[in-house]
Amino acid sequence: MHQRQDSVIPGGAIEAAVTLSESSEASAAGVTLSESSAASEVEGPSTKSGRAIVITSGKGGVGKTTTTANLGTALACRGASVVLVDADIGLRNLDIVLGLENRVKYHLLDVLEGRVTVEEALVADKRTENLFLLAAAQSREKDEVETFKLSALISRLRERFDYVLIDSPAGIELGFKNAVAGADEAIVVCTPEVAAVRDVDRVVGLLGNRFRPRLVINRLRPQLVKKGKMLSVDDVNGILRLPLLGVIADEPEIIVTTNRGEPLALRTVTPTGAAYHAIAARVAGEDVPAPIPPAAKGSFFERLGSLLGGGR
Amino acid sequence: MIEFLKRLFGQAGSSATAKERLRLVLMTDHLELAPDMIETMKLELVDVISRYVEVDRERIDVSFERQDRTLAMLANIPILSVNRPNGNGAHAGEAKPAEAKAVAAKPPTRKRRRRRKTQVPATVSAR
Repeated sequence: MHQRQDSVIPGGAIEAAVTLSESSEASAAGVTLSESSAASEVEGPSTKSGRAIVITSGKGGVGKTTTTANLGTALACRGASVVLVDADIGLRNLDIVLGLENRVKYHLLDVLEGRVTVEEALVADKRTENLFLLAAAQSREKDEVETFKLSALISRLRERFDYVLIDSPAGIELGFKNAVAGADEAIVVCTPEVAAVRDVDRVVGLLGNRFRPRLVINRLRPQLVKKGKMLSVDDVNGILRLPLLGVIADEPEIIVTTNRGEPLALRTVTPTGAAYHAIAARVAGEDVPAPIPPAAKGSFFERLGSLLGGGR
Repeated sequence: MIEFLKRLFGQAGSSATAKERLRLVLMTDHLELAPDMIETMKLELVDVISRYVEVDRERIDVSFERQDRTLAMLANIPILSVNRPNGNGAHAGEAKPAEAKAVAAKPPTRKRRRRRKTQVPATVSAR
């Protein structure tokens, strides 16, 4: 707690809080952004036109939060300023994945209801520079968020950050609608399962063309695909037909890093870490070659063969 | 025996099953119609068509196919015989079965006998 105070809001941030002159709409919505020193640490001039991207999926448990944390980390590693907004009110998770659960003091609803300023509620990531978290309220409910206030907050954040990544809750009800309201782009996360693809299809239908949804296929098991026991990338996207941002294999190291609260994207040497960085590059608009589905490791004899044959 | 071989050489993957289930489930999702409504629609469609031509009701096949982001309805309706326009047109097939029979009773040429398949593509909005 004390540590957080030091690292995020330098003393006197509350006194230093000044409502920005052009923030009439935001203050009407109960949102005030302060010109505190924390803010100038976040970004100097506050007139960016950052991108607000919602990460959603319909179905729960497909890896929205993991994708948000890793994409945010990878984008920040590229030098962009990034804020991650956990819009899953009542089920706060993003702080855990980032390992920031002990630093969260205020949450999204504190900001929306005007109890604290945005800067007070933003938590700086402990590993990655320029990466910030706005945590969800844990003991509140999704319908307590007023959509227009959240939208106003997202547009204020876009003026300060290059990327505002919104981690949407599962489902297609109010929580989803709130998460989507302030965004102008969407990334949908899908696993190679019938239920997940069906839900993504539904979500994409709800999103319409405005959000230009792009796809991340998560938890692919190349070995199973090779044996014809799992839907392949082509199977999934043959149905969804979305621009493919990347494919993430189902690797034990994702569980290990989540246990530790450190996003895998920090480890660029691992194939999965590299895959997240490739997604970040694509999001940033870099002309990266098309995503290659992770290859199945060969059988023991195949590996032995390639070892003897000079590792083709 | 075939089952045994399939098992031995790695059975046909369950991903094919998943893919087919997904295809079917999305088809009905997009139609937003219950399966029994599709059946009713099929019957009504056949009623309309059989006013003009005699169709083989047993062998009608209606399916849906996704084409990009739209869904197409493909109806495969075998035609047994074509009703003559002077045969009192619109209701020949349904309302006057005797007359339809008379048409069929004419010495049929081979061509007419041969079952003709028509595809009636109709676009149904995807969402």
